[in-house]
Amino acid sequence: MTSGQTPAVELRELTKRFGGVAANAGVNLRVKAGTIHGVIGENGAGKSTAMKLLYGMLRPDAGDILLGGTRCNWASPADAIARGIGMVHQHFMLAGPYSALDNILLGAEPVRRGVIDRPAARRKLEALAGQYGLSVDWDRPIEELPVGVQQRVEILKLLYRDARILILDEPTAVLTPQETASLFENLRKLRAEGKTILLVTHKLKDVMSFTDRVTVFRAGKVTGEVATAQTDPQELANLMVGRKVVLGLHVPPARPRPEPALEVAKLSLKGGAGSRHRLAEVSFAVRRREIVGIAGVEGNGQSELVQAILHPRESRCRTAGVVRVLGREVTSWAPRKIRELGVAVIPEDRLLEGLLPERPVRENFLLGLQRSRAFSVAGFIDSQRLSEAASVAVKEYDVRPPDLDLPAGKLSGGNQQKLIVAREFQRQPSLLIAAQPTRGVDVGAIEFIHQRIVAARDGGAGVLLVSSELDEVLTLSDRILVMYEGRVVAEFERGRVTERELGLKMGGA
Amino acid sequence: MTRQLLESTLRVSTPLIFAALGGMFSERAGVINIALEGMMLVGAFGAAVGTLTTHSPWLGSAWGIGAGILLAAVYGICVIRLRANQIVAGTAINMLALGLTPFLCKIKYDVTGQTPAIPLDERFQSAPLYLSWVMVVFCWLWLKHTRQGLWLSFAGEHPEALDAAGIRVNRVRWAAVLVSGALAGMGGASLSVYLSSSFARNMTAGRGFMALAALIFGKWKPVPTAIACLLFGFAEAVQMRLQGVVIWGKDPIPVQFIQILPYLVTILVLAGFVGRSRAPKALGTVFRRG
Repeated sequence: MTSGQTPAVELRELTKRFGGVAANAGVNLRVKAGTIHGVIGENGAGKSTAMKLLYGMLRPDAGDILLGGTRCNWASPADAIARGIGMVHQHFMLAGPYSALDNILLGAEPVRRGVIDRPAARRKLEALAGQYGLSVDWDRPIEELPVGVQQRVEILKLLYRDARILILDEPTAVLTPQETASLFENLRKLRAEGKTILLVTHKLKDVMSFTDRVTVFRAGKVTGEVATAQTDPQELANLMVGRKVVLGLHVPPARPRPEPALEVAKLSLKGGAGSRHRLAEVSFAVRRREIVGIAGVEGNGQSELVQAILHPRESRCRTAGVVRVLGREVTSWAPRKIRELGVAVIPEDRLLEGLLPERPVRENFLLGLQRSRAFSVAGFIDSQRLSEAASVAVKEYDVRPPDLDLPAGKLSGGNQQKLIVAREFQRQPSLLIAAQPTRGVDVGAIEFIHQRIVAARDGGAGVLLVSSELDEVLTLSDRILVMYEGRVVAEFERGRVTERELGLKMGGA
Repeated sequence: MTRQLLESTLRVSTPLIFAALGGMFSERAGVINIALEGMMLVGAFGAAVGTLTTHSPWLGSAWGIGAGILLAAVYGICVIRLRANQIVAGTAINMLALGLTPFLCKIKYDVTGQTPAIPLDERFQSAPLYLSWVMVVFCWLWLKHTRQGLWLSFAGEHPEALDAAGIRVNRVRWAAVLVSGALAGMGGASLSVYLSSSFARNMTAGRGFMALAALIFGKWKPVPTAIACLLFGFAEAVQMRLQGVVIWGKDPIPVQFIQILPYLVTILVLAGFVGRSRAPKALGTVFRRG
């Protein structure tokens, strides 16, 4: 930014430490008014921390925040809001049981004679909604609105407070391609009205298609700032990771074997009384040496599907239907017995289902294998053998730092995931269930995990891949199933579908 | 007789309603309040002492309310400031109240069991009953139509959203816990200065927990909660009627069995409804920014 114009937002040498770790170590960022500015970086690179500092949710240890050239010192978000900053958080700040209107008003309620003046608020909102084309059913409880509309509510919340600077944290993570397109159309409208927008994301594609400039974060520092028009995804990826990365893994076509690794027939899960089925007669098969991808917007039954396969005898996971693993009906089996058939699992929420974050890496490597003869003698854990196996695996799977005594929760997201992959792959699996395998994982680790999944396939495993990242599904899957509202609504062969078609199916078209 | 039973139901429900409304403030803001029992107890004690000292049930109740607020402040320090586990801290507060009240009673009146009797003309006749229902309606409207009411609900449902909207979550929670103490204190006062004529050791006898049960049964909403209180009050009124009544055979049912009734109803209601009732999402969680 060489022009003499004062930037709308400037961060100068901003530093924030948590314990001994500097989440932001001297961050510099300048955003020109009336532009869409991308902030990109891997998980844990410090971009969210920087945004929370800007929004007053955190207080910097050192450095300055300047708005339009004036130094600011926030004590809380209230101060930032008062100066025209608004933020849409990655996890929406909306309370499900309350109406869209109340969620928007919160903290900025117009009051008349002691009570909230909802009609006045509604008039103001309707004017705003008209101006930007963002209509919402104001009286419906938030939990009854689709995610795309919830996001609209979040944006209206900012506009209602007259925010001039809008921060959006990972706004496309939960949207279909169509919803994403409409979001960005709205953002362009806002830019045209003079709003300044900071778009925080890890998706190169979002940045390339919708921003004016980009700032790249790595390890708590800014590693580059470029005009979007003068860069390309490869350069941005290299800046993010700090080395050359391979974008767009080439996956050779599968040579599936006829025998199925996994078959589900009419798998169903009833919802609560009166609600629709969460899984409705889902049937498909995954052959060995084949990757079947499940695409869908989150919350359309994918999580339930994985739970039903892994815990078929639990009535809260499955109410009807049959699960067969490697040709054997396992519907009434205990999860451990199913796993012992040679099933590897990368769970959707690694901190909840995949790791014990407080326990050391060594013990996490044993998790689920504690009964295995390989690591126990007469009911006691053979810690020497365990340590040997764990240190070999940690090296092979490049878990950093390679410290077996470190609590797993202290590893970065990518390294946690690599630890899980190392554990699950130590015995050649026959069936791999990978749910959101690269969620919150950095670009470098994504590449690695993708290669391993393909290697597992080529080693003879059937792979069920569940992902809300379209690129991931399209790159890895030999066949793609689309889930919508608990049903499989479409099936495609590799290369026979475009992202657009997939997006339409995901939206229920 | 029906009329009597009805009147009796309304009367004995009064302390429950105050306490349950108190619980509602705290829990809607996200703070579990099993310390209601203890807050009621110190409220009952404070009100008895206050009335004996000032010869006015109104001033006496103010003492009871003050005692409830004081104990709520101790609870608030534990769970909001020091982030203690709310169940453990609540239990400790209850035990504290259980021990502290006879101790103070001994110091002041040289008896551990009971305060001296409050003369009839210095006790409430029916004011707490009306006041409790006024409070129910007031709380209902307040929650729905004031900004503070909205903040309270968000503090318990999605505190991060409240914080992001620029409202201090822990301030809201502090206010809620203190109001909770005040209302529980008033509940206690209506026990000692309205339903009976003195403070007696452990005179709440689980009414704080019953109020909590009513709160859950009433889905944390003022009007349904008050109706649930009536149900428990009815059980208690029936229990009082049945004492010494011969139902079959020659002898009355032993009073100990009859007295079980309200508690039995509580258990049944909780067993049947707890799982189905949706609690504020952030109930029992500590709020910390970042």
